Amino acid sequence: MTKLRVAVHKFTSCDGCQLALLNLGPTLLTVADRFELLHFAEAGPINPDAHVDVAFIEGSISTPDEEARIKRIRAATRHLVAIGACATSGGIQALRNLPHEGDWVAAVYAKPEHIESLAHVRAISEVVKVDLELWGCPITSAQILAALRALGSGVMPANDADKVCLECKRSQTVCVMVARQVPCLGPVTRTGCGAICPRFGRDCYGCFGPAETANAAALAQRLEGLGLPPRAVARKFLFINNAAPVFAAAGAAVLERAHD
Amino acid sequence: MTEQRRVGIRVPVLARVEGEGALDIDIVGDRIEHLALRIFEPPRLFEKFLEGRTFDEVSDIVARICGICPVAYQMSAVHALERLFGVAPSEWIRKMRRVLYCGEWLESHALHIHLLAAPDHLGFPDALAMAAAHPQVLTRGLALQALGNEILRTLGGRSVHPVSVRVGGFSRAPDAETIRALVARIDAALPEAETLLAWTAALPLPDDDQEFTCVALRHPHDYPMNEGRIVSDHGLDIDTDEYESHFRETHEPHSTALYSHLDGAPYLVGPLARLNLNADRLPAEVADALERVGLRLPSRNMFHSIVARAAEILVALHEARRLLADYTAQQPEVAVAPCAGTGAWATEAPRGMLWHRYRTDAEGHITSARIVPPTSQNQARIEQDLAQSLAALGLDRDDEALRLRAETVIRNYDPCISCATHFLTLKLKRT
Repeated sequence: MTKLRVAVHKFTSCDGCQLALLNLGPTLLTVADRFELLHFAEAGPINPDAHVDVAFIEGSISTPDEEARIKRIRAATRHLVAIGACATSGGIQALRNLPHEGDWVAAVYAKPEHIESLAHVRAISEVVKVDLELWGCPITSAQILAALRALGSGVMPANDADKVCLECKRSQTVCVMVARQVPCLGPVTRTGCGAICPRFGRDCYGCFGPAETANAAALAQRLEGLGLPPRAVARKFLFINNAAPVFAAAGAAVLERAHD
Repeated sequence: MTEQRRVGIRVPVLARVEGEGALDIDIVGDRIEHLALRIFEPPRLFEKFLEGRTFDEVSDIVARICGICPVAYQMSAVHALERLFGVAPSEWIRKMRRVLYCGEWLESHALHIHLLAAPDHLGFPDALAMAAAHPQVLTRGLALQALGNEILRTLGGRSVHPVSVRVGGFSRAPDAETIRALVARIDAALPEAETLLAWTAALPLPDDDQEFTCVALRHPHDYPMNEGRIVSDHGLDIDTDEYESHFRETHEPHSTALYSHLDGAPYLVGPLARLNLNADRLPAEVADALERVGLRLPSRNMFHSIVARAAEILVALHEARRLLADYTAQQPEVAVAPCAGTGAWATEAPRGMLWHRYRTDAEGHITSARIVPPTSQNQARIEQDLAQSLAALGLDRDDEALRLRAETVIRNYDPCISCATHFLTLKLKRT
């Protein structure tokens, strides 16, 4: 059987999702043996224009050069897989798409004319067709290995878009919102992390993005019921996955009510 | 008219660094006329995202600056804010934060030595190619990296973007049984880390002494991680809140990373700078191990950075072992009452000193933030090193030899270009 030809590309991101592979420990050597890694700059191989079966895309699109590059990759790729919050929703840096005062680039850099960037940060699917999205900030090794195994067998991996709440129940984790009135995004957030935040005694902060059939408006009301000011509720939705449509809409709706 | 030799070397994407960058070198005859390390990580503007957020959101935000060293960002942030609010964490919290940092040093250094740097010194294009010839070296290294991740997971919930760190302490204390199992793994790894140190010291490293200023934190008793004054080997000795009166950042057109200077000159941060300035703060076992492998400190050979990383892996394991002895789960956090003010702090990220400064209003909202990552502090030093290293190698060497040495020099700093920045395309022009 021929080996699956794989590439890992980085766009605007923190590099954390590539670590789902680089942090595998000695298992990384087995993975490297089973698949043909053609481009993975952080691990060594460089061949950005290689034709591949699977291209994992980390990061969002925020410069004209990135936009051109993702289009070239799309043309040379069979299955294009967006990995992590930046690639699937734009990530935390999409906060700069929201209305704000002043020129942020000019505020950070003394010579903003040398900084080339697009007006908006975009998710990969806003620029090219995406075949599979792995959500999470960061994604886990289990997610990327499952995707590799499934695509290697010619099928799509199961898309688990359950809520973190269900993961908590399964692991018999005490609900932080019920027991301690901690404002938690578990009821609207996609599972896959292992419900680590509630297990570590704190609120879920939505880093895996919206779950299926998430009722964010109802949760927003509940959070306000816990005594959170509207702006604080909005900030919870407008965070790691601020540009994911369900969270963006919930955050905007709360802010609008706050202005009334 | 004499014809001058014109050469151009291009490295379009630099492999084995965290980020994207490029290097332009113009050689005219027998001298370098122009050298620029171009960093083109798209700007992510974190300092602006922080404005308007509350203090308890900061550690989840700044972690996202870097997937390889999120703990460093969390640690500099929570210490700066605790200083601002006048919060004193308990001894237990201070110990566990140091253990968490040990996990990150172990993970980051093991990754850099094995996947990023070692192939340069052994003549392989990358670690995966090196694995075929040195399987036991790679397996040992990746197992050490995995143990670093396990320490991070035990205290932080996950190794990339840990979830338990907060202003005031941790959201949860691990149970004693989990810690006992972790300590057993640390014990088993200690001999492996000693072997690794000897292995790095025996690598065929280029012998190239240079003059440079080292900057690191210095603590009254401990090898520096979370606490200490900022010192240099040229007499600097300041509190972290005096940073801005000695260090200046400037913006060069070819880079999204800002350049830092100390009193107008380049300087070095990172493992070799820390080791040079803190050899007398090493745990005795590590000082002995360094003596056995024959590394003389202070070292002026930048390529000893890989040995310094291996030594710090040993520091991390011994420190984690010491701090987790007789572990009991205790109250993981202290109360925090926000107030208006300014607070600055620096900690030692795997790549070097990481300085943060925050201003808050009375409710604890961030009104301004400033973050100076280690890679932008090292950027001017890297360019200086490149010019000296390539001249020492001989500018008449062929393009491939120059390109390889240039990449080796840059990778030696473990530049984390995501932390403001990304990495390397070499364009070499000879005239």
